[in-house]
Amino acid sequence: MLKSTLLLTTGLTGLAMAAKADITVMSWGGSYAVSQVEAYHKPFTAETGIGVNSVDADNPATPIKAQVEAGNVTIDVADVEYSDAIRLCDEGLLEELDTSMLPPAPDGTPAEEDFIEGALTDCAVANIVWSTIYAYNTENVEGTPTTMADFFDLETFPGKRGLRKTAKANLEMALIADGVPAEEVYDLLETDEGVDQAFAKLETIKDDVVWWEAGAQPPQLLADGEVVMSTAYNGRIFNAAVAEDQPLEVVWDGQILDFDLFVIPKGAPNLEEAKQFIAFSTDTERLAAQASWISYGPARLSSGPLVGLYSDGETEMAPHMPTAEANLSNALVNDFEFWADRDTDLNERFNAWLAN
Amino acid sequence: MANLADARGNGPAPTLTTADGKPLREALAKAERHARNRAFFLVLPLLLFILITFVAPIAQMLHRSVHNPAFSDNMPNLVAWFEENPEGISPDEGGWDALAQDLILARENKTAGLVGTRVNYELSGTRSLFTKGARNARKLEPPYREAILDLDEDWADPALWQVMRGASSAYTFNFYYAAVDKTLDQDGNIVDVDENRKVYVKLFTRTLILSLLITFLTFILAYPIAHLLATLPLRYSNLLMIFVLLPFWTSLLVRTTAWIVLLQSQGVVNDSLVATGIIDDESRIQMIYNQTGTIIAMTHILLPFMVLPLYSVMRPINPSYVRAARSLGATSWTAFRRIYFPQTIPGIGAGALLVFILAVGYYITPALVGGSDGQLISNLIAFHMTNSLNWSMAAALATILLTGILLLYWLYDRLVGIDNLKLG
Amino acid sequence: MALPSHASTLEKVWHYAYLVICSLIFLFLIAPILIVIPLSFNAEPYFTFTEKMLALDPTGYSARWYDLLLTFGMENPDGPRTGSWWADVWSNAHWVNAAKNSIIIGFFSTILATCLGTIAALGLSRPEMPYRRAIMAVLISPMIVPIIITATGLFFFYSMTGLANSYFGIILAHATLGIPFVIITVTATLVGFDHSLTRAAASLGATPTRTFFRVIMPLILPGVISGALFAFVTSFDEVVVVLFVAAHDQQTIPRQMWNGIREQISPAILSVATILVIISILLLTTVELLRRRSEKLRGVSPG
Repeated sequence: MLKSTLLLTTGLTGLAMAAKADITVMSWGGSYAVSQVEAYHKPFTAETGIGVNSVDADNPATPIKAQVEAGNVTIDVADVEYSDAIRLCDEGLLEELDTSMLPPAPDGTPAEEDFIEGALTDCAVANIVWSTIYAYNTENVEGTPTTMADFFDLETFPGKRGLRKTAKANLEMALIADGVPAEEVYDLLETDEGVDQAFAKLETIKDDVVWWEAGAQPPQLLADGEVVMSTAYNGRIFNAAVAEDQPLEVVWDGQILDFDLFVIPKGAPNLEEAKQFIAFSTDTERLAAQASWISYGPARLSSGPLVGLYSDGETEMAPHMPTAEANLSNALVNDFEFWADRDTDLNERFNAWLAN
Repeated sequence: MANLADARGNGPAPTLTTADGKPLREALAKAERHARNRAFFLVLPLLLFILITFVAPIAQMLHRSVHNPAFSDNMPNLVAWFEENPEGISPDEGGWDALAQDLILARENKTAGLVGTRVNYELSGTRSLFTKGARNARKLEPPYREAILDLDEDWADPALWQVMRGASSAYTFNFYYAAVDKTLDQDGNIVDVDENRKVYVKLFTRTLILSLLITFLTFILAYPIAHLLATLPLRYSNLLMIFVLLPFWTSLLVRTTAWIVLLQSQGVVNDSLVATGIIDDESRIQMIYNQTGTIIAMTHILLPFMVLPLYSVMRPINPSYVRAARSLGATSWTAFRRIYFPQTIPGIGAGALLVFILAVGYYITPALVGGSDGQLISNLIAFHMTNSLNWSMAAALATILLTGILLLYWLYDRLVGIDNLKLG
Repeated sequence: MALPSHASTLEKVWHYAYLVICSLIFLFLIAPILIVIPLSFNAEPYFTFTEKMLALDPTGYSARWYDLLLTFGMENPDGPRTGSWWADVWSNAHWVNAAKNSIIIGFFSTILATCLGTIAALGLSRPEMPYRRAIMAVLISPMIVPIIITATGLFFFYSMTGLANSYFGIILAHATLGIPFVIITVTATLVGFDHSLTRAAASLGATPTRTFFRVIMPLILPGVISGALFAFVTSFDEVVVVLFVAAHDQQTIPRQMWNGIREQISPAILSVATILVIISILLLTTVELLRRRSEKLRGVSPG
């Protein structure tokens, strides 16, 4: 009797285990993906028994769009930029998410109020605030670049530049370097003249640009001396500088702030587990934990005070966050509506420009 | 046999028969048919396999270059309105009504992005009209013309209506126009696209020029060594042949990696140049992540495809012809030019065609070492497949590329014969 | 190629210049492949020869990048190297898993390509084969059609038929890409095949199957094996189709290399490259030996 009960329970547990499929989470690779694996994936598996498969892409928005349109979705959760989250949601390529599934802050503040304004949309839940900055290798640059204009100044700071192979952020930075105040950048980019001006500015350094696509490339290009300055995601530079001791320095002037958000592609194979994952990963504690692995700011207000030291146990994270007071002078917040609408169009022009 | 001779000699022949009494002609025909069938059935499984796993998928992909239902499936009212109203009519109240209904529909079904993207392929900057229109569709009230123009005046653009008319049929040739930097204007004439959006013709031209250059370089490099290999005694040439065959057998990615290691600005070549004082540390030469990188790496990778056909043509050339020319007073240069070189032309043709065919469609090496100006047309197809997700455009470009390559392939088969393809 | 004794000075100069040029071209061919081997033993994470390496100082060399191939992706890379450490390597190390996938895919696609290709080559080499030329052109075309076009076609086709993200799909695709090589090598072996041998076998009472295995097979075997090796190498080196149709966690060696080259080209890539170069040397030797054997068997003079 005992034996058969035992058999039965083991059988049932086996079934229950089998029903909990592993989920696949697509992110941006490199040190950012590592931070997510440490802060979200491992604790999630420990708590729920659901395995998490971490896969990388240069920009997860494109593969998931391709998958949904081809009718062949294998990704359960993806980490995308703000404008892409809006755009994909508009196109009906994402599952809608109900914010009530998100846990409140420890003090009871409901999730809708706890998240930074704009961090929750119909289809997406933000997890971090990050920014596009530029960084330089202190061993290969003579002098100290401090402004966005210095990035475009080949006379004072000769050497190759690294830029992301896309229109987004490059156009804004070109205008800021051209002396356009941060708050006027998007108004100017709405006009044809503004776009022309941005491209003209990029043209001045075009011959000296090495284009990168994956976020892991810029720190590598800088460390290898292939470029002397490069735009980059701020956290990647932080990790290369602190964890790998590379002589890299961030210039915060003209940084462009953005959210990264979790989304679920329409037709995801494990919808319920995916939702469970998002709710788990974006709670106060998890978001704060994430910030101890890479210098990206948590999207919840209640996580802020919990952010302390880097995982090496000695580096204070706060001054390295894009949202730190000192880093915000002349900062620009990515206009997601502008890019949701104009991304296709401006990238088309960007690619034609690149090819010529 | 004696029978046969008799039959031929003596007027109307008695029917020839086989031993078991069947007419010989039929028996022969049957045997031949049997042999043909047997040969064919041996090939059939593979032929079916290739047709299903290779030819069909490509054909299906090419179909996308003329078929894009993103607009026609999602804007039913406008499609109906365009059908009722022939070319040339500017939108009347019915047209605006249809547009408003479709925008509301697009909002419900979340298809505004799809539709906008489809129209945007042909008229840049219009995608946002649709997404914005759908976002505000609930607020639209009749008269729709004013309501929609209130949202954005660009809706009145006749070019936009021309494009929507074109897109209202799922079948279109417009992606081919776009693939040669042309577009349709509001009257349906084929015109050039904006100067700052022209890219395809330039890339096709660049692909052709670079491929020709690479073919020429492989020829220049292959000729001397093929000649050496062909004239050396076999035991030496077989040994030297390893230098040609080893690259051939080595992973493409390994060879590309090797070139990155050699050519990058902190790489072996630059370091050696700096160490020997030929250049100073600041003026390291940029040899990779640009056109130079593509040319060097591809020349190296395709070189064996030129050496092998040249070698197989040169090996059987009889040296006594050149000797005869020399003994008749020709200089060594004349003997080479008049006697030796003409005999190697078939090998040059075979090698050049093969290298050119392979170069035109190359993807991996330019993608890894090409930077921004060393990209070829294949890279643009990949870009439209994985980045811009303009699949119809990718298919149109692929069709053009494939047509060119199949023509060359046909030519190769005519001139060289596929059977003569050698792999070492 | 020896210089005749009556050659003029100019001819002598030209002759030696020619030999120098040829040596340089051979160097161009082989140097890039060999250069990765010493560099993969660099103790520093750079892609050039450090001073210590040039001075042949043993401390300038290390096998750390080969070690990284084992430890990268492991759960507990720093543990003692006992049985459980190796079990960890076997099940978790990224490069080991990629190698397993590559070998599995390569093995099955080679079997498929070789079987189908050899049978078809037997048919194609018969003089009575109808539409020989056209069919041959179709069967060789996977080698000619740009890989990006093939991959694009397969992406849509596999998404539609549910073959995407499956090993089976990749195996089918790689078999298709390997088939031209099998056809070319096997038909080359069948050139000059003496058909009276099969007739002799038949007249002595052998069944067609017996004839195939006892008479034809031993003669064409070298060609079949070369073709199979070609097909295997094709699959083992293929990255574009894998990028387009495989699931994101289905890694193969070339795909892992591709990502490595694009993102952070570490000397670990060079150690993989070195291993691959050694494998190609082994394969090349095998194929060369087979070719000679085949020529001897068929009585064709080497050439």
